[in-house]
Amino acid sequence: MEFQLAWRNLWRQPRRTWLTTGAMVFCNVILVFLVSLQLGMYQLMIDSSLRPFVGHLQVQHEDFLEGQKLRQVVPAAATVAADLRSNLQLETVSARGQAFGLASSEERSYGVAVVGVDPLFEPGVSSLPGLVRQGRYLESFDAQEAVVGALLAHNLRVGLGEEITILGSGRDGSFAAGVLTIVGFFESGISDLDRSALHIPLGAFQEIFAMESAGHSVVVTAPSLFEVDIVKQRVEQTIPSGGDLAVRDWNALEPGLRQAIQSDIASAWFMYAVLIVLVAFSVLNTQLMSVLERTKEFGVVMALGITPSRLGRVVLLETTLMGVIGAVLGMVLGVALLLAIGRTGIPLGSIEELAAQYNLPSVIYPRFSWIGLVAGPLMVMMGSICAALYPAFRLRRLEPVDAMRSA
Amino acid sequence: MASVSAAESTPVVGSPEVTVECVDVCKTYRQGDLEVVGLDHVSLTIEKGEFVSLSAPSGGGKTTLLNTIGGLDPPDSGRITVAGTRVDGLGKAERARLRLEKIGFVFQAYNLIPVLTARENVEFVMQVQGVATATRRDRASAVLAQVGLDGLGDRRPTQMSGGQQQRVAVARAIASEPAIVLADEPTANLDSSSSQQLMELFVELNESLGSTFVIATHDLQVMGYTRRQVRLLDGRIVGDGPPETASHS
Repeated sequence: MEFQLAWRNLWRQPRRTWLTTGAMVFCNVILVFLVSLQLGMYQLMIDSSLRPFVGHLQVQHEDFLEGQKLRQVVPAAATVAADLRSNLQLETVSARGQAFGLASSEERSYGVAVVGVDPLFEPGVSSLPGLVRQGRYLESFDAQEAVVGALLAHNLRVGLGEEITILGSGRDGSFAAGVLTIVGFFESGISDLDRSALHIPLGAFQEIFAMESAGHSVVVTAPSLFEVDIVKQRVEQTIPSGGDLAVRDWNALEPGLRQAIQSDIASAWFMYAVLIVLVAFSVLNTQLMSVLERTKEFGVVMALGITPSRLGRVVLLETTLMGVIGAVLGMVLGVALLLAIGRTGIPLGSIEELAAQYNLPSVIYPRFSWIGLVAGPLMVMMGSICAALYPAFRLRRLEPVDAMRSA
Repeated sequence: MASVSAAESTPVVGSPEVTVECVDVCKTYRQGDLEVVGLDHVSLTIEKGEFVSLSAPSGGGKTTLLNTIGGLDPPDSGRITVAGTRVDGLGKAERARLRLEKIGFVFQAYNLIPVLTARENVEFVMQVQGVATATRRDRASAVLAQVGLDGLGDRRPTQMSGGQQQRVAVARAIASEPAIVLADEPTANLDSSSSQQLMELFVELNESLGSTFVIATHDLQVMGYTRRQVRLLDGRIVGDGPPETASHS
């Protein structure tokens, strides 16, 4: 009975119903598109932050994240990486070593982060090999060569083919030293990395820092960001149990990134909330007017024995029906817009060249997801139903005799 | 207080023979700054199956008495019993249930639900009562035929004449077989021919269904169809008897 009344009541004033529903549809299309674009942006942010170095997952000594100490190692890191590649059927797994030392050229010395990498597999977990602007990336597992950040090379005043000396402490407390030939310069766009990092082959790293076969991390890049949890579970099942190794995902490795995204979500949702409130006021206006117009009719049905709460349900159902129509049309049109723009993407415009320089795409693509599709329309519907609560509750105060007397 | 009963032998209070019993009912209401006496110590008994008219000049209290009996407007004091249920003191929801289950209403302005068809209007009260779909469809068809609207069930109120709409309203009022039908100026918006047809219908339904009918009116022609006339003036009962013998006390 309520559904029948609510549905037919909606179409007594079709123009008014369509105007209100139209506001919902418009808001829903905007929300579906913007939330999808936002998710696309986050994916881009995450990828561009994680790709140069961190990866999606890392197997580390359980204390390495806090301590960053040379002795907090992954034993037989290259073997662990090989096992993971085999078990996960995933090529994007690579072992690394990491130490701090002093890099000296003939003229200058700087403190540096020395990263030992497996040249064969590092391109699968890091974008740095692709960011070499001069020279080449590393090729051999144990060659005495290095690829250095462009700023570091500038500061050390060294060129391609020249040598630098690395000094530091070995894992066993011994004095670590090595002479490396510079074979390339990279520009990551991350100034800290370009100013203070150098990559050397893992074999050379293990030799210089007395690591034997150990490393400090095994980096894993999942096929997509959304498969990280699954891959993490499989990695946890694969690594030797009973040891002191831990598997950490990008949330743990880069907590700042998540905070930045959360902060952006908060500000974006403030804007969305303003949109939703505007639609809710439109619904409130419509339903309040609609209830006032039907006061006499409500009085009659109350006289026939309908309770005010049941009438209130009819009013809420009317709004829900408008919300459902608005949500369905909004989602359909929103997906159509996503498909249309998803083909071409949104160009970054004036910063396109800059983006390309740092291995970033020149076009942003909105990312379709169920949450992006459903979240906005659902909130618009809930906001509208909340707005209709006031007219519905007003009916509770209605007396049939007074209502029937109204014009 | 003016209270006159038409029945020679007074029925026992609360007995199944009594449909309405009002004892010393008072009701005042405000009109702007003025306090208006709607009912002034009214006592009245209406037996089952009676066909009663309440007549009064405008503002005399007939609609107030009808609303009070119908549980639409609670009395300030006094006691009202309708079909065995004490109305005074009932809460809003309980009064709504009483109206739903025991009272049928016919209004001056028809007051059909405009978005429903004639058949759906007739089914409406039964639907709210929770009567099964098949049962209420059969009942609605039968009642529409009874009021002479067979074949017009699918029309919306806007597609019907005033007389037809009022017949639908009557069908809606009797469809759920209430203990009493209260009609407030049911012929006021009808031409004389339609009024006559409607009153003949009321008489026929009263005789065939045995339901109690109380009609508020100031139309002498309408009063002529009833078997008992209760006259009110300034909220007091001033006459009660067969229409031809009703007189001021």
